Amino acid sequence: MTDWLNALAQGVLLGGLYALFAAGLSLIFGVMRLVNLAHGDLIVLAAFVILFLAGKLGLDPFVAAMVSLPILFMVGYALQHVLLNRTLGRDLLPPLLVTFGLSIIIQNGLLEIFSADSQRLRSGSIETASFALGGGVAVGVVPVLTLLSAIAVIVVLNFVFYRTALGRAFRATSDDLEIAQLMGIDHRRIFATAMGLAFVVIAIAALYLGLRANFDPSIGPARLLYAFEAVIIGGLGSFWGTLAGGIILGLAQTVGAQFDPEWQILSGHLAFLLLLVFKPRGLFPRALD
Amino acid sequence: MDAGAAQPAQPFRIQTAAGASRFAWAAACCILLVLALLPAFAARNLIQDLIFPFYMLALAQCWNLLAGYAGLISVGQQAFVGLGGYLLFALTLPGGINPLLAIPIAGVVSAIFALPTALIVFRLRGAYFAIGSWVVAEVYRLVFAQFKALGGGTGTSLPPSVTSTMPGIEWVKSLLNVRTPAARDIISYWVALALMAVTLALVYLVLRSRRGLALGAIRDQEAAAASLGVDIYRVKLAVYVATGALTGMIGALIYLQKARISPDAAFSVLDWTAYVIFIVVIGGIGTMEGPAVGTVIFYLLQRNLADFGAWYLILLGTLGILVMLFAPRGLWGFIADRYDLTFFPTRRRLVVHARDPTTPG
Repeated sequence: MTDWLNALAQGVLLGGLYALFAAGLSLIFGVMRLVNLAHGDLIVLAAFVILFLAGKLGLDPFVAAMVSLPILFMVGYALQHVLLNRTLGRDLLPPLLVTFGLSIIIQNGLLEIFSADSQRLRSGSIETASFALGGGVAVGVVPVLTLLSAIAVIVVLNFVFYRTALGRAFRATSDDLEIAQLMGIDHRRIFATAMGLAFVVIAIAALYLGLRANFDPSIGPARLLYAFEAVIIGGLGSFWGTLAGGIILGLAQTVGAQFDPEWQILSGHLAFLLLLVFKPRGLFPRALD
Repeated sequence: MDAGAAQPAQPFRIQTAAGASRFAWAAACCILLVLALLPAFAARNLIQDLIFPFYMLALAQCWNLLAGYAGLISVGQQAFVGLGGYLLFALTLPGGINPLLAIPIAGVVSAIFALPTALIVFRLRGAYFAIGSWVVAEVYRLVFAQFKALGGGTGTSLPPSVTSTMPGIEWVKSLLNVRTPAARDIISYWVALALMAVTLALVYLVLRSRRGLALGAIRDQEAAAASLGVDIYRVKLAVYVATGALTGMIGALIYLQKARISPDAAFSVLDWTAYVIFIVVIGGIGTMEGPAVGTVIFYLLQRNLADFGAWYLILLGTLGILVMLFAPRGLWGFIADRYDLTFFPTRRRLVVHARDPTTPG
């Protein structure tokens, strides 16, 4: 019984990490209908950036992540402005193939610079700290922080989307690109800003990825799949849906692992496919694809 | 004064064949014949080397049909390569079926798996289909890693007793005066050549058929095709299942040749999808000739630069991105536009005056 309660608690907390992975993907899709196949590799790239900053400047990972935010915002802005804006159009193939190529370049670039060794972000005692929830269930401080950060990110994204002028521009370009342009919106700058913002979310996700487990250059694609599954389970266009999707995916994985540790990833994928069969538009759909 | 005078009410006709294409057919048949006879006089190294581009071209043409015509941009075709490979092992190891028979069986079983897979992933559209197909391939990988009889996560090997009992080995040995391993390679080579030729011929015939017209319409404008009565779902389903079967057979052949399988290698997105996409995009997507051009370029790059490892892959990724941005129709598209050249035409041209076949349609 305690095992199962524990699995449920860990699943919800793991879901927070997946929601962080997914929030950036959800944001990009919401604004410009771009499906970024390099998303997982960008998370890993950001984790290496934080690792590098923490190592070079002797900073705690949390501080290093703060330092990395403006850098990664600018990288995202430039990536969209220079490369990805050129791929957007009626044809589906260019954005998919360019981001797929980017994924291969990032993986192998990281491999060349940092080698295939497993890395981890070290932050002293907080990594192993935990507290008891009662009923024999204890949760780690970092996983709880992950979930709280995911909720905070989603609150902020919702605020930006529905309460600010920038968010109005995001929604306008998303709803009707031509009319938005007629109203004087420079969609290329809006898209670049959205990608910059997504990179900030990616940096936060990368911080917790590195604190919670080992990472190496090859693990990006699996993170992309988790992020994608969370977005689809939650329903396109809803940030809260993405959080719910992440938690459902996390629960499916930890419950599956309870039966057999080898089934963890598989049961997450199967839960996603099952949901696709019965609720193809996700649980809380907002946007029409 | 032929067609125009005979049918004054209809002063135009539709043609697919061009002058160059008749020559190209003859040339293709000659090349095929030379390749089929190659083991009689070529060294064993060359025979082994050529198996790789043969199956890569077959895989590329399958992906081209999927993505270039049916609009199904799959990043999960490694599901069927791995499935075919594992089916070959399952049929020959415990099953005791002879490997050459196992290849077509693997094709049929792959088609049977492709159907329910399609029913699930077709719920995702466009770019979402791409990632969804990748998830499915991961599910296949994780499931096959659970089969302890097939080596589990670490994989297993085909013992020589299986690979050396292929029918025809004795015949090749006595005919060409070679030893068993060389004879095995020659049979694999012929099977690869046959699979490639069959794949290319099938894709070409499909594209020139009525179905092919529907596929071209879907490629150009899906909504317009639907409004003209094309049953898009059925056409896409048929293409997905057919390419699944072909890809499964190619996978079985690949792992007959490799004689060693593991889940990570058999379901590798890099080996069986990224390279294939690179070939099709570099060569020219949505054409018959493009994948062939792409395979030649890829084969040369692989031979000369594969030792550079990560740098080689960075180069491939960069090349793919540059081609997509600046020459989205690939190398062959560029040549075809420039010289108005098509060897294997699948496009219908409307010829208004029969005497002037160059009038664009």
